[in-house]
Amino acid sequence: MRAIAAIAINVFRESVRDKVLYNLVAFATLMIGASYLLGQLTAGQDVKIIKDLGLSATSIFGLFIAIFIGIGLVSKEVERRSVYSLLPKPIHRFQLVLGKYAGLTLTLLVNISIMTVAFYAVLIYTAWGVDPVVQEAWDAPALDPALLKAIALIFVELLLVTAIALFFSTFSTPILSAALTFGLFIAGHFSADLRNFDQVLESAAAVRLARGVYWVLPNLAQFDVKTEVVHGLPVTIGYMGLTTAYAFLYTAMLLTFAVYVFSRRDFK
Amino acid sequence: MTAVAATFLVAAIQVQAVRERTYPPLDLDVEAVYVTSGNAVRRLVGAYDGLAADIYWIRAIQYYGGAKRRLDARPALPEPPPMLAAVESSEYEQLFTFLDITTTLDPLFEIAYRFGAVFLAEAHPAGAGRADLAVRLLEKGLVEQPDKWEYMQDIGFVYYWYEHDYRQASAWFAKASEVPGAPVWLKGLAATTLAQGGDRQSSRAMWEAIRQSSEVDWMRATAERLLTQLNVLDRMDEIQARLDALARATGAPPSNWQTVIRAGVFPGVPLDPTGTPYELTPDGRVRLSESSGLFPLPVEPGRATLSR
Repeated sequence: MRAIAAIAINVFRESVRDKVLYNLVAFATLMIGASYLLGQLTAGQDVKIIKDLGLSATSIFGLFIAIFIGIGLVSKEVERRSVYSLLPKPIHRFQLVLGKYAGLTLTLLVNISIMTVAFYAVLIYTAWGVDPVVQEAWDAPALDPALLKAIALIFVELLLVTAIALFFSTFSTPILSAALTFGLFIAGHFSADLRNFDQVLESAAAVRLARGVYWVLPNLAQFDVKTEVVHGLPVTIGYMGLTTAYAFLYTAMLLTFAVYVFSRRDFK
Repeated sequence: MTAVAATFLVAAIQVQAVRERTYPPLDLDVEAVYVTSGNAVRRLVGAYDGLAADIYWIRAIQYYGGAKRRLDARPALPEPPPMLAAVESSEYEQLFTFLDITTTLDPLFEIAYRFGAVFLAEAHPAGAGRADLAVRLLEKGLVEQPDKWEYMQDIGFVYYWYEHDYRQASAWFAKASEVPGAPVWLKGLAATTLAQGGDRQSSRAMWEAIRQSSEVDWMRATAERLLTQLNVLDRMDEIQARLDALARATGAPPSNWQTVIRAGVFPGVPLDPTGTPYELTPDGRVRLSESSGLFPLPVEPGRATLSR
């Protein structure tokens, strides 16, 4: 465990050295600029749009971090040949993989936490001084704690995407890993269409294949509760529990494969 | 090194300015909508449909505002005879498309339905003059939220104010009143509309209902302005009645306010709520001054046409 923790902290330090946290500056600039402009453009919908923008920006920035750092977690070590100096050390290969994963998870956690604070700060500013009668008409209050549910599920989704990127990183080049990870991300959001192929296909075999692919592909659409939260619709703890459990199990599967592939690689 | 780089940048900007003066950039149609299907846009934006809906909403508002500004800037043309085709304009052509895409991306976007319906239904040049599309948009909202009484009220309003179809308006107000949680005055509004559709009192009742129920400043201000204008119509009726009485007494309609004041009908020239004097035509008719902030007055819906 200590080895995993040490590797994780090293990954986090490397991310900071790579100026990953500068994306927070971009995020804050985007939110502040948007909050100023939106009041002039949106006929009173600035709080709703700030919420949509904040949640989407958190997701997008987090996605870029998960993919562009995740694809290099293992492959960079191989390219720089630093893996040769690591392997002789008393570290198991699975500790290296899990440590890398934990490190990027920590980076994502720090990023998303800071983004959340900035997000709520902008919401406070946007809602400041708004007539209480107008506020009562909003679908959800400006400082709605339910936004944290959406952010939590965004974080859980990013854990899964990071695992996908890390898995590809164990055997593929960074460019191919990025393409495959993006591809799976998009497929994961549209996988529900595969479930309904019986409405457009006549071949029973094709329908069964589509259904099989649907169940195997990561179902990422279920992590998206942005619309529900922005419109004040309930997101139950049960739903969050099941979705999170799915993410953890799928991530565990991906990490198991990643460890297996990395353990079998010959670095001579 | 910084100074050298800055010099190059300044030079590049100067060259660009010269190029734009010499070869002005093409005036592209920035309002073109390349993807008109809401479902297609939804596929393209993936998990970010809420944000995309907001972007299309902003585009819809900018499009509507830009078109209205252009039309307001044009010189006023005389009204065409009713027999001729209505003035056609392509200014609001894309408005329904923007609103349709917005509400497909976010089916719960209430303001897009309600404001959008007003933009669509409002008579040209203030709006698209397409009450049918306004109703279609609101009915689309009801598919997603069948118990949204506000949309039913808005449909009733469109039928009442823009289509003068009081039977349909009453039916929609009645339907809205049956939704649990709907305000109690909707039932009365339905009955009043059916009995007296087109009457100024029923118009007043409806605008008062909108003023009380609207959560948006812009809608409330519009309703308050309409209510003030209806009060002005009442006041003008009163003034006209006294002018007509004077005309019967003197045998000729008064042609100026001095005659009216000398006759003791009014102590001074009557003023409208903005403080602007009413005008008196040479044939003894009172009218609102064009310089008044309440000009033009609304065209009142006709009397109830229950034969429809």
